Amino acid sequence: MDKVLSLQPQNTISMNTKTYETVIILTPVLSEQQMQEAVAGYRGLITDNGGEIVHEENWGLTKLAYPIDKKGTGFYHLFEYKADSQFIKTMEIAFRRDERLMRYLTVKLDKWAIEFNQKKRNGELHGQKMQAAAKAAAKKKVELEDEDDE
Amino acid sequence: MSKDSNFIFNQTPQVLQQKKYCRFKKHGIKYIDYKDKDFLLKFVNEQGRILPRRITGTSLKYQRKMSEAIKRARHLALLPFVADGLK
Repeated sequence: MDKVLSLQPQNTISMNTKTYETVIILTPVLSEQQMQEAVAGYRGLITDNGGEIVHEENWGLTKLAYPIDKKGTGFYHLFEYKADSQFIKTMEIAFRRDERLMRYLTVKLDKWAIEFNQKKRNGELHGQKMQAAAKAAAKKKVELEDEDDE
Repeated sequence: MSKDSNFIFNQTPQVLQQKKYCRFKKHGIKYIDYKDKDFLLKFVNEQGRILPRRITGTSLKYQRKMSEAIKRARHLALLPFVADGLK
């Protein structure tokens, strides 16, 4: 009986740990500091519950495509983390209770998504490479033109 | 029926030349990012509605992923549900 009890939780934890991605939209009413506090609160919530943050992104005050709660802008923040599937429920309850939060979206990432995000962070995506190449070319052009002027 | 369609196509050879293809399969794109709104805008019309497969040529597998990505973007107010003159 003891053996079963000791084995079960370990198995379930390792089975249910997955990579998730959450985007939250905070109200523009908050000051920059309050926004950072709210974000820090959720970062703490993830790490305190055995989650591991892989990546974070703050998009700052961004314009919305349509008004939410009669507001035209919002603070976007993105978390990419590894956590237990049970944790998502508790986190979303916290989201729904929080009035600073206008909207949230949690997505489970499959292997292609994880690979895509890694490449995006390293700037290895095809589009990013093209952009970088175009920028480099533009820089070279400017330099060449400068030399011509001299 | 086939003779008739051949006859019609022969009159308009451009239709046969520009064969549509799935751009995700061609470029080996496996994941469609719902946060990249500039990319998703290619697959909606001016009103913000998702374009059908028969126009974009996307395969069914990626049309499903695409529509999922667009709907996620709409939920996060990155794309509008309805719009006028999006492009």
